[in-house]
Amino acid sequence: MLAMNYRGPYRVRAEQKPDPVIEHPNDAIVRVSRSCICGSDLHLYHGLVPDTRVGMIFGHEFTGVVEEVGSSVQNLKAGDHVLVPFNIFCGSCFFCKRELYGNCHNTNPEATAVGAIYGYSHTAGGYDGGQAEFVRVPLADVGPTVIPADLDLDDAVLLTDAYPTGYQAAEMGDIKEGDTVVVFGAGPVGIFAAKCAWILGAGRVIVVDHVEYRLEFVKNFAQCEVVNFKEVNDMAVHIKKMTDWMGADVCIDAVGCEAAGSFAQKLTGVMLKLQAGSATALHWAINSVRKGGNVSIVGVYGPTFNAVPIGNALNKGLTLRMNQASVKRHLPRLIEHIQAGRIEPKKIITHKVPLEEVSDAYHIFSSKLDNCIKTILVPPHAPH
Amino acid sequence: MKTRSDYSHIQGWGADLDPKGRPAYPKERIPARLSGVHWDHPEQQEQKIEILRSIERPNITPVFGTSTPPSGLSGTMRETAFRFSENDIRHWLLLLFADRINVCEGLLDDVKRGHIPNIFHEMGWKSELKYNRADAIRKLAIGSVLLGSAIYLIKRKKRQESG
Repeated sequence: MLAMNYRGPYRVRAEQKPDPVIEHPNDAIVRVSRSCICGSDLHLYHGLVPDTRVGMIFGHEFTGVVEEVGSSVQNLKAGDHVLVPFNIFCGSCFFCKRELYGNCHNTNPEATAVGAIYGYSHTAGGYDGGQAEFVRVPLADVGPTVIPADLDLDDAVLLTDAYPTGYQAAEMGDIKEGDTVVVFGAGPVGIFAAKCAWILGAGRVIVVDHVEYRLEFVKNFAQCEVVNFKEVNDMAVHIKKMTDWMGADVCIDAVGCEAAGSFAQKLTGVMLKLQAGSATALHWAINSVRKGGNVSIVGVYGPTFNAVPIGNALNKGLTLRMNQASVKRHLPRLIEHIQAGRIEPKKIITHKVPLEEVSDAYHIFSSKLDNCIKTILVPPHAPH
Repeated sequence: MKTRSDYSHIQGWGADLDPKGRPAYPKERIPARLSGVHWDHPEQQEQKIEILRSIERPNITPVFGTSTPPSGLSGTMRETAFRFSENDIRHWLLLLFADRINVCEGLLDDVKRGHIPNIFHEMGWKSELKYNRADAIRKLAIGSVLLGSAIYLIKRKKRQESG
C-alpha cells in the first residue's frame, strides 16, 4: 500500500509499505478515505516527541471503509464507512468505565502517562496511523463510529479529533452564561474552541495568534474578536485592559509546545530542549485569566516538564483542567450540532492533497504557506 | 447582562448552555454510555516482535502497536531508556537521543536498499519554491555561500599543509 513514511525531523515521504494485518481478534482493517494532518502531527514532524521512530506512519484523524474484521468483532462489518476517534481505547478499564477514553490503560505499553493514539510515536503506543491506504484499527467494537448517511465525509473526518478537541477545550473551561473566553491559538483546534465557546454560552470570545490570515479566518468563522500578539506589548496587560482590568473568565491554551511569542521559551524549549517545548501560551493563559478563573489546556506538551507560573495559578485560585479529548463521549452531541447547522467543520479545510504529495502537504502546513489552515490527505482511489 | 436575543446573530449560541446537557457532564460518568464492549478485559494480543514496556506497569497491555520495532544502535538505546521510569528524565533524554541516531540509521538503510533519498523532496521544497520562492532562494543562497566558504577553507588548509 501507499503510506506516509517518517524519515526524520522535517522529512517525510510517500512510499509503498506492506498492508496492515489483523493482529488481535478485535481488530479491523480500514481502507482510508480521508486523513488529516493535525497540528500535533507537527510536533512529531519537528522531532519533538520522544520515541518517534524512522519508518512510522503518522495520522490520527481519519475515516475509511471497513475492509476486514477480526474473529471477535460484532459491531462492524466490511463495507461500513466509519470515522475513527484518535484515541485507541478498550472500553473496559478503570478510565474507560468513566468515559475517559483518552486515558485508556489497556492500549499503550510504552507509557502510563499517555493514552494510545494512532500514528503518534511509541510514546503513544507504537501504532501506525491513517496517512496511508489502509490502517489497522484495534478494538474495532468500541472505537469507530459508522458515519451517518447525511454527514459529509469532510465533516466526518474533523469529528475524529480537531472539532471534539476544540469542544472539550471549551467545555473544560466550565463556561457560564456571559463569560469572557480567551482562546490562545487560531489553528484548527483554537478555531473550533472559539466557535464552541459560543455554543456553551460565552458572552465574549477573543482569539489570540500572530498569523494574520488565520485571525481573519477565525473572526469570520467564529464571529469573535481577535488579537495579533505581535501588535501587543504585553499579552496579560492587554487582556486585562480588554476586560475592565479583571482578566478573562476562561483562558484556553490551544497551542501547546511550539508556541511563538517568547524568545526565552523558544530558546529553552524548542532549540535547547531544556524543557518540554515552549510554554508561552500556557504562561499567558495563567497570567491573563481572572482570579478564580479557569484555564483549559488542550495544546500538546512533551512528557518532561515546562516552566510555567504555577505560583500565580495558586495565588489566583485558578482551576486548571486539561486532557486529551475523549472523542467518543462527545460524538453524538457534536454530530447533532452539525446536523442542526450550528457548525460546519469542513469550512476550515483549505487544502486537499493526494497522499502521494505528503512531503509538500506537511511543509505547507508546517510553514503556514498558501494560507493553509487544515490539510486533508486523500489516498489513491478514495472519493474526492 | 445581555440576553439570548443579543446573540441571535451567532448560530448555535447557548445550545449547550446547561451543563447537564453537555456530553462531558459529569466529568467522570459511570456507567459509561458506550455500547459494544463484550469483554471484562480485552483478549491478549500475541506478541511477535519486541515491545518495550514502561516499568511503571506490571505487564504488557492486552493490545499494543506493532509499528517499527526497536533495531540497531537506536534500538539498544531505547532498551536502555526503558530501564528508567517515565518519572526519570534519563528515560526521555535517551529516547530523544535515540531518535536522532535513528535518523542516521534511516539514511544508511536507504542507501543499503539502493535508494538515495531525495532530501529536498522529502522536506517539501517543491511547495517552498512555489509558495515562498523569495525565502527559498535566500535560504539556498545562504546555504551555498556557507558550503562554498567551508570548501574553500578546507582546500586552503590542505594547500598550506602540503606547501
